Amino acid sequence: MDVVVQLQRQLADHTASLFHEGFLNEQFNQLQQLQDESNPDFVVEVVSLFFEDSERLLNELAKALEQQAVDYKKVDAHVHQLKGSSSSIGAQRVQGVCIPFRNFCEEQNIEGCLKCLQQVKHEYSLVKNKLETLFKLEQQLIAAGGSFPTL
Amino acid sequence: YIGGVFDVESLVEKLLQQLASKQTILVNVYDTTNRSHPISMYGSNVSADGLQHVSTLNFGDPFRKHEMHCRFKQKPPWPWLAITTSIGILVIAYLVGYIFHATVNRIAKVEDDYNKMMELKKKAEAADVAKSQFLATVSHEIRTPMNGVLGMLHMLMDTDLDVTQQDYVRTAQGSGKALVSLINEVLDQAKIESGRLELDAVQFDLRAILDDVLSLFSGKSQEKGVELAVYISDRVPEMLIGDPGRFRQIITNLMGNSMKFTEKGHIFVTVHLVEEVIGSTEVETSSENTLSGFPVTDRCSSWKGFKAFSQEGSTFPLSPPSDSINLIVSVEDTGVGIPPEAQSRVFTPFMQVGPSISRIHGGTGIGLSISKCLVGLMNGEIGFVSIPKTGSTFTFTAVFTNGCSNPNEYKSHKINNQSNSASTEFQGMTALVVDPRPVRAKVSRYHIQRLGISVEVVSDLNQGWSNISSGNGAIDIVLVEQEVWDRDSHLSSLFINNFKKIDRRTPPKLFILANFISTSRTSATTSGDNTPSIIMKPLRSSMLAASLQRAMGVGSKGNARNRELPALRNLLLGRKILIIDDNNVNLKVAAGALKKYGAEVECADSGKKAVSLLKPPHCFDACFMDIQMPEMDGFEATKLIREMEKHGETSVEAYDNVSNWHVPILAMTADVIQATHEECLKCGMDGYVSKPFEAEQLYREVSRFFQSVPNGNL
Repeated sequence: MDVVVQLQRQLADHTASLFHEGFLNEQFNQLQQLQDESNPDFVVEVVSLFFEDSERLLNELAKALEQQAVDYKKVDAHVHQLKGSSSSIGAQRVQGVCIPFRNFCEEQNIEGCLKCLQQVKHEYSLVKNKLETLFKLEQQLIAAGGSFPTL
Repeated sequence: YIGGVFDVESLVEKLLQQLASKQTILVNVYDTTNRSHPISMYGSNVSADGLQHVSTLNFGDPFRKHEMHCRFKQKPPWPWLAITTSIGILVIAYLVGYIFHATVNRIAKVEDDYNKMMELKKKAEAADVAKSQFLATVSHEIRTPMNGVLGMLHMLMDTDLDVTQQDYVRTAQGSGKALVSLINEVLDQAKIESGRLELDAVQFDLRAILDDVLSLFSGKSQEKGVELAVYISDRVPEMLIGDPGRFRQIITNLMGNSMKFTEKGHIFVTVHLVEEVIGSTEVETSSENTLSGFPVTDRCSSWKGFKAFSQEGSTFPLSPPSDSINLIVSVEDTGVGIPPEAQSRVFTPFMQVGPSISRIHGGTGIGLSISKCLVGLMNGEIGFVSIPKTGSTFTFTAVFTNGCSNPNEYKSHKINNQSNSASTEFQGMTALVVDPRPVRAKVSRYHIQRLGISVEVVSDLNQGWSNISSGNGAIDIVLVEQEVWDRDSHLSSLFINNFKKIDRRTPPKLFILANFISTSRTSATTSGDNTPSIIMKPLRSSMLAASLQRAMGVGSKGNARNRELPALRNLLLGRKILIIDDNNVNLKVAAGALKKYGAEVECADSGKKAVSLLKPPHCFDACFMDIQMPEMDGFEATKLIREMEKHGETSVEAYDNVSNWHVPILAMTADVIQATHEECLKCGMDGYVSKPFEAEQLYREVSRFFQSVPNGNL
């Protein structure tokens, strides 16, 4: 019984900090509400998809920005994709960095783009870690026999 | 020649006899041999004046000449006839000319007037059009910012606020809502006056509407200490087809009025079928038999005047079609009543009973007149009976159509509905209600039965105890009216002690049905884990279920945000929707959201695939299309699809009667700029929603194409 309560508290604290620090926003709540008995792993599935997609995009971005003649249109398209998917799951900070990134693309400012790419990678790895911790806690909780309340 | 002697006189007379006319003719014969001295031979010597006719006479005498002068004795009189006739003719001619002239003038004038009228008519029509435009504009323009304000306040409520801030926000919300409802009322009145009010015909659940209205008023009723209760007869079907919003408006208006003018006792809303009530003309109105014990007016008098119930209406049951439902709704209160002199003016717009009413209670006095019009549009009648100091009962009838055409369809629909998910958990349980007042007990039983629990009613604690302990029925829940409990605290504590002694795995849970929280209650005699929980009235199934769940630990996933869910569900259930987005994550999230509302979703990740999937004929009800996609963006794809729809009709033989393909396409866009909106419309899209989906906006856009839950497959 105690384990469950403790895990619940941990989970609640971790989730709260994620929101508090701006890693996640309201959209993530919406995602959680879409999960039910008919769709029990919805959140995990969507987030995994996001991870895959984002990693691919980040690689593409790195490659594109290394070229001699940078194709800013392509870079912009990738950033647009990243912005879209991060906003769909509520990864607020990632989404936030995409906006100046796109501006730099329009200005064709290579310095700015590279800096933004660094930032995006950083934010992405942060949020990925946090989300993975969240899911681990959830699994532990379920294994211990409890259930996590919907926010 | 023989000379003759003539007697001139007799000769002339003889001659003249034949010639004489009416006028006397004077004849003078003269011998005019000597011109200057005529010798008068015959005739009187009247002076010759006037006209005379001179003719010569020849008597045969060669030496003498004779003349005859003839004249009228009297002057010729005025030719009266001629004069009169000519004057007459003149006058007639004049009159005719005058009439003619006047007629022409009149015609000219009438034509003038007619032209003026046509002008004025055009002006009036223009004014009418302007008025409708004004109405439409005002509706939209005033409501939009108001909704914005209310929406913002709503979102503000969801953020972190301390108690003071929450209070302020709530007050602002209250004022905002009051303003919106005021605007709506005035606009409704204007709409009704210009005959533009139309009723919807959608499916709705009557019980859910009354639950909503109840919750609207429950706070106020608890504050005032007035008992609020709703009872709907079992014979009223689950779903009806009609205009739920307007129906709710009427009931809210009547209940609001009752709430304004009632300080004690109860407000009791009942819904029955007309057939149930038409036979029973005597209703128990003795004091003890009412909901709260206060006397009420005789509700039958409120519908006595209804035309539909009069003697000719006895053929009434035969005339309406078989699936039309005639409801009769009564709102009975024990308030101050309406003074007799004001009763005739009750349904007149802008009339209030006294000038101070609007100051004390607010409101513009239009509510009842709007309600009357709405009731009329629903083919019903509205009436009331009111006795000052006793109370009033307002009753109206309305005609709806039965919405449960396919009973199997709706049983499965029921299970998905949130409020009925509780019924599957409580199904088969038994409850005991302890209440001495039959009317009130009936209400309690109705609400509990909605959860699938069977109910027994007893009138006091002793009897209740014997029911529980007799043990043949496994009673799971006991609900005791507050007044019974408070009446005898000794008996109640005995009751609780006996509970503890019940030899059963799970003793029945005890609840108290209370009207308002009285502070004396909190220092109740009981303590420990058998303290009875309190359920606040007015009873509502959802709230009842929640309280029971909490107390009995029956867990279920209650969604906090369920208000939007049923509405969007009604629109999207069973619809086939296509989502196009090149981003997998977005696709999954969008699909998940739509599936939650019950839609069947198919996904595709490019504009090209969209075009091939949406080539007519297809069975999609709508499409959500991302705009920015590589190769072919949303605008291009939509343009192609619209062209296909226009030109591809020759290949559409499979689907008869569908000649105009137009699948609703909504753009999904992350940046909602004005330019994008115009672009969307230009290429044939029907609207746009933001990405990720926002429930209210989604509802707004989708409700433009979808009206209600489809019956089975397309």
